Amino acid sequence: MSYILEILPSLLEGAQLTLKIFLWTIIGSVPLGLIVGLGLTSRLVPLKAVLKFYVWLMRGTPLLLQLIFVFYGLPLIGNGALTLQRYDAALFAFILNYTAYFAEIFRGGLQSIDRGQYESAKVLRLSYWQTVRKVITPQVLKIVLPSIGNEVINLVKDSSLVYVIGLGDLLRAGNVATSRDVTLVPLILVGVIYLLMTAVLTFILRKLEQHYSYWK
Amino acid sequence: MLELKNISKEYNKRVILNRVNMTVKNGKIMCIVGESGAGKTTLLRCISGLEKIDGGQILIDGKEFDPYSNQNNDSVIGVVFQEYQLFPHLKVLDNITLAPTMVLKKKEVVAKKEAMQLLDGLSLTDKADLYPYQLSGGQKQRVAIARAMAMKPQILCYDEPTSALDPGLRDTVKNIILDLKKSGMTQIVVTHDMEFAKQIADSILKVKPSRS
Repeated sequence: MSYILEILPSLLEGAQLTLKIFLWTIIGSVPLGLIVGLGLTSRLVPLKAVLKFYVWLMRGTPLLLQLIFVFYGLPLIGNGALTLQRYDAALFAFILNYTAYFAEIFRGGLQSIDRGQYESAKVLRLSYWQTVRKVITPQVLKIVLPSIGNEVINLVKDSSLVYVIGLGDLLRAGNVATSRDVTLVPLILVGVIYLLMTAVLTFILRKLEQHYSYWK
Repeated sequence: MLELKNISKEYNKRVILNRVNMTVKNGKIMCIVGESGAGKTTLLRCISGLEKIDGGQILIDGKEFDPYSNQNNDSVIGVVFQEYQLFPHLKVLDNITLAPTMVLKKKEVVAKKEAMQLLDGLSLTDKADLYPYQLSGGQKQRVAIARAMAMKPQILCYDEPTSALDPGLRDTVKNIILDLKKSGMTQIVVTHDMEFAKQIADSILKVKPSRS
């Protein structure tokens, strides 16, 4: 027990970084995903082609590779002008990657909305953005919430990949303690902390789904 | 007065409308009839600005008018869709006030008061706080009429207003349309129901499938 209390502060410090990356990635990539999703369903062929390529690139290569590329690769290409701090590089790569996944989810949601909804908004003289904001987005959010939830849970665990660019997150803190003290206890604790985080998220997501259940 | 002169519309080189002419006087009811696939709905979509016409002219009170690009909120053409297309996530009252507040920039209180008056007139007073999924087909249609009316349209169009309703409700729709006529509303009704058309129409336009 005393051993647990001894290592807990360092684990919690790691968990703090995990949560920070998690939160900022969500805040950045969900709205961006919606915007890219709108682009993917637009009629502008060149825009669609560029966005499709982006999604293909982001979903077609490992996130680990993208992290390495952003942190170690970009400085080489830009002669140092594109150098990012470890934490910024991690956020940049995560937002870029998750935006692509969210965009695909939003695309599916957007395409399941009846064209008649756009048309009735149009004959009521709502502008495109008014229609998106007031008519389409609320309906799409309800549809995509379960799939978004899936990615959100994934993100908590994916955030452990930042160890590769030398950031001290929760998993790394546990790893350090395990190899130093030759015991599995830190890793078990790490698992418990991840489970607690996903439990809280699952609860929040369920509440959100309930919030949207007032209409069918 | 709405005038259509030589309206043509093609889809992928297939001619749907071939030089259609039509005149609707203010306060009158025009019915557009014809078999399925003849282009009735396409004609309605051209009038309401959902489709761009390929040829011809649309005039309102003698002035040329392009519903497809029109941004002027004084010459709104209202549409009651066949499937109503209410906004499922909004209460009945909010369905009606959305466009007046967002587009006409009316104050919430004013828009709500006007919406309640419209609902009263269509005997929907007690439905204001319900969601569309809680309404019957006939009630949804009346909400759709109220929603279109809230934008104070110059012309109100209906796409097959009787096709999704029980036969008994046909008379209710007929009475609503005739009541609106009394208040001076110009109306265009697309229907395949010739009987219905004869009961309400001041004039009837038959659309025939065009050969090409």
